[in-house]
Order: sequence, then C-alpha cells, then structure tokens
Amino acid sequence: MSVASQRRRMAFARFSTGFRHDRAGMAGLAILAVFVATAILAPILIPESALDLTKATGGRLESPSWSYPLGTDESGRSMLLLLAWGTRISLTVGLAATVISVVIGTLFGITAGHFRGLGGHALVGVTDWFLVIPFLPLAIVLATVLGPSTMNLIIVIGITSWAGTARLIRAQTLSIEGRPYLERSRALGAGNWHQMTRHVLPNVFPLVLANTTLTVAIVILSETTLSFLGLGDPLAPSWGSLLDRAFSSGAVSSGAWWYVLPPGICVVLVVLAFTLVGRATERIVDPGRAS
Amino acid sequence: MASRVLRAVITLAFVVVFNFFLFRMLPGDPIGLYTRGRNQDAEQLLELRRALNKPLLEQFLTYIRNPFDATIDSTRFSRPVWEMIGERMWPTILLLGTAIVVASFIGIWIGIRAGWKPGGRFDRMSTGATLMLYSMPEFWLGMMLLIVFSVGAFGIPGFFPVGGMSTPGVDTSTPLGWLNVLWHLVLPCTTLILIYLADYALVMRASLIDERKQEYLTLARAKGLRDAVVRKRHAVPNALLPTITLIFLSLGFVVTGAITVETVFSWPGLGLLTYEALRGPDIPLLQAIFLMFSIAVIVANLIAELLYVVFDPRVRS
Repeated sequence: MSVASQRRRMAFARFSTGFRHDRAGMAGLAILAVFVATAILAPILIPESALDLTKATGGRLESPSWSYPLGTDESGRSMLLLLAWGTRISLTVGLAATVISVVIGTLFGITAGHFRGLGGHALVGVTDWFLVIPFLPLAIVLATVLGPSTMNLIIVIGITSWAGTARLIRAQTLSIEGRPYLERSRALGAGNWHQMTRHVLPNVFPLVLANTTLTVAIVILSETTLSFLGLGDPLAPSWGSLLDRAFSSGAVSSGAWWYVLPPGICVVLVVLAFTLVGRATERIVDPGRAS
Repeated sequence: MASRVLRAVITLAFVVVFNFFLFRMLPGDPIGLYTRGRNQDAEQLLELRRALNKPLLEQFLTYIRNPFDATIDSTRFSRPVWEMIGERMWPTILLLGTAIVVASFIGIWIGIRAGWKPGGRFDRMSTGATLMLYSMPEFWLGMMLLIVFSVGAFGIPGFFPVGGMSTPGVDTSTPLGWLNVLWHLVLPCTTLILIYLADYALVMRASLIDERKQEYLTLARAKGLRDAVVRKRHAVPNALLPTITLIFLSLGFVVTGAITVETVFSWPGLGLLTYEALRGPDIPLLQAIFLMFSIAVIVANLIAELLYVVFDPRVRS
C-alpha cells in the first residue's frame, strides 16, 4: 500500500470518528437516510399507475382518511403516493444539479487560483458577475430560453449556482499555492496540470466535500422555487411542482392544507438535514471557518 | 472608489450584452415570439420583420443605444414594458422596504442576544429556529399563512384578505384606504420578514462572535465596565457594520422572495409581473424585468461597498 493511500485512509477514519460525535450532523444523516430510502423504494412499492390521472380513484381534494392518509389532489390521486414519487424527482434533480455546480465551481476556483495572469483575472471576473446577478431572474430567463423539462432545470440550476463554490475554492487554492511543497514540485519541473491535480486538488478536496452538502441544500430550494413557477417538467410530480399545482388548482383558497403542508415539510426536512450535515463536515475539516 | 463604480458599470454592461444575445438564441420564429397574442396590421409586421432581418450587430447597436426604449411593447399586455415596470415598481418597494426594515431590526436583535452568549439557551433556541426558517421555501410559508389566517383552518377564523393590494372600489388616497392597504400588507410582509430575519440573525450572530475575540473588548472589561455597556458601546457598533453591508448585499436573495411571495398573494408588484410574463412567455417584458432587477441588485452592491469604505477606515487604503 502506498504512503498516500494509507494516509488518506487514516484521514477518513479520523473524519468519521469526528462526525459520529457530532449530534446535529448525525441527526441530519438519519433524516437523509429515510428520504433516500423512500426515493429508491418508491418505484418498487408504488406502481406508476398511482400517478396516472385517468386511473385516479379518489374524489377531488378529499381531506385525509384511512384510504388516503394525506388526502387527495385536485384529480383524486393519493397525496402520500405522489409525495413519495416527488422525493425521487426532487432528490435526483438536487443531486444532479449539485454535481454540475460543484464541478464547474471547483474547476473555475482551482484554475483561477493557479493562473495569476490575465486568464486568472478573467475567470475571477466571470465568477464575480455570476455572484452579483440575482439568481432567480437569471434562472428564469435561462429556463425560458431552454424550455421546461427536468433536464433543462438541472442545467439551469447547475450553471447559476457554482459561483460561491468557485470563490471559496479559489481562496483555498491561493493559500495552498504559497506552500513550500508546491515550490519544490515547480522546481522539479512539474507542469500546471500536475500541480493542480496532484497537489492542489487533494488539498481542497475536504472543503469541496463540505461545500457540496451545503450546495445540495440551496439547490433543492432552487428546484422547489423554479418548479413552483412552472419552469420544471409539468408532468413530473416534484415537491415544487406539487406546490405549483396546489396553488393553481385553488387548494389554498379552499383551505386544503393537506395538499400544501406535506411537500413543504419534506423540503424543510431535507434542506435542514443537508445543512446540518454540511455544517458538521465544515466543523471537522475546517474548524477555523465554522462558527 | 472610482474603480468600484467602474466595476459596477462593467457588470451592468455585461448584463445588457447577455440580455440581448440570450434571447436571440431562442429557437423558432422570432416574429411569432415578439407578436404572440397581439393584433398587428401588415405595416407593423413588415416593420418588425425589417428590424429583425438586419445584421445582428446592427440590431445590437440599436438595442445598446437605448435599452429602455419606450416603444418596446409587451406581447401579452400590448403596452410599453417600461411603463408597466414603472407602475409595478411602487408596490414592490412598499412591500420589500417594510419587510427589510422590520426584519433587520428583529434579526439584529436576535443576532445580538444569541451571539453574545454563544451556546447558551437563547442561542440554541434561536439558531434552531433561524435554521428552520432558512430551510423554508418562502412561497410555501406564504401559502400556509394564507390557508391559516385568511381562509381559516385548524379552528382559526380567517381574518386577512386572500390577496391583492386593496379591496376593489376602495379609494387608496384616503386614510381609510391606507388602512385597507395595510390590512392587505400584513400577510405577505410577515412571510418575507420571517424569511429575511433568519438570514440577518445568522449574519449578526456570526459577526458578533468574531468581534468577541478582539482585544479591545478585553480592555473594556479590564476597565471594569459592566457587561451590558461592553456589549452596547463597544462590541455591537463594530459588529453592525458587516451586517448592514450584508443586508444590502443580500438584495439578490430578497428579489427571489419578492417574485414568489407576490405571486402567492397576488401583490401587484414586479414579482407578480414576472410570473405573468412567464406564463406567455412574454419575451420583451421578461428581458426588461431581468434588466431592472439586475440594475437594482448591482446598485445595492455598490452602495454596500461604498458604505464600507465610508464607515471602515481600515479598507480605505
């Protein structure tokens, strides 16, 4: 076993011991486990016909009962089953958009921190632009241009939410670039690619990890907001589009709280859980920054 | 200071360029997009076709000469877009202005109490509550408040109106009319206050915790000052600066809340206008709204930076 992989394994063991002692982080992890299990099991336990408008068995906006524990929507489908499928879609969009956002952010951050010349300045300029421009108006115009679909929603959220990550990673890269071992590798003739992937990336990685969990939280909120505005796939019952339909079908004015309350609680729980896990990770990998 | 203003101008220039080219990338028939749902006579159509057939660079130069062109019409409302934005701006300013002022007072108060004794009872409770509010989609909170306090649920009678800015037929220029507007303002404003104060409280708390490590506080205590005096006279004024700056910097986040909450409460401001423009989609109107929001946020950012320079001599160099 090489020295590096042994060291990495020890670092991971230290991290998981630290995490196990963080009560808030463990609580977040437990909530996430429940939601992930729901998302994976939804298609196995619930037949897709439960989502079919023509096969709906309940009445319009029925309040909770034994056969419909969370009531029904405006076309008579069980809210509980819709919510379970919604978990799958919301989590998928959330994770996929996070991957895009974190990859772009890390790439921009490391590159902008490594190259100090004109190119680096240009990258910082682009990052600053995305930081300043208000997120929702920008996402709205992008989503309008691309058209409503789940894939486009993922792309839009991914390319509007990476700037914060890029700024964080750039700052960390700058502090790593000043360390002696990078100077040593430069003196030995290491190229830019080698320096960035072999020396900078492993060092910023723990921070990327903590940042990723916090990004998922923001991204899921963004997904809910954009779907609520009708910018997602109108047929996929994500939590946001459930709230959109509740709003446009008049569930609010008829007082159908069972249509509105559950999707929102799911969003709050998942966002809170990712935030708790992210803060716990930050406390362990970067004790100076966390408060 | 001049360099900061220059940077804001460059950011704005990029918004204008982006705004122009993004909508030129739309697939399909541009004339259809710009005239959807409107009656056009042959002459107007010909003129539009001629304008859209010009080279892209020439179109761009025409656009950049006057992005606030008064003759650009909304495709859905058949009215000049900038005239509509001018009308819809005031309700948004009323709603957001009230919400931001109230939320910053409450948020800063919570942040001070929590940050002065981090880990204490108040801190644990308020941090829990603020994290919860922070995780909420603001429009969902609005919908729940609407169900409970306007429609009436869980045994609470509905008292507040379901939406709008005033009851139709009420003259809003009389004192009774103001009360009517105030009555309509309560629920949307409460929603936004709850969401914003969470953000402000977290920032104020973190800022005060940072300040507590400073040596001048040790000196103030060594002088024998009471804890409350150390807090009020020494720690809080210094911790306020980053918080107030962040209140200005968070306008981008504030705008998000405005769009969805105005939609839920049919508050006739820019946010509801955005939602209406989306239903079309009404491209000229969306373009103008995007430009408008970007300008507002860029200016707020500039104000935040300038405030910092004025009040904090350390960054003046």
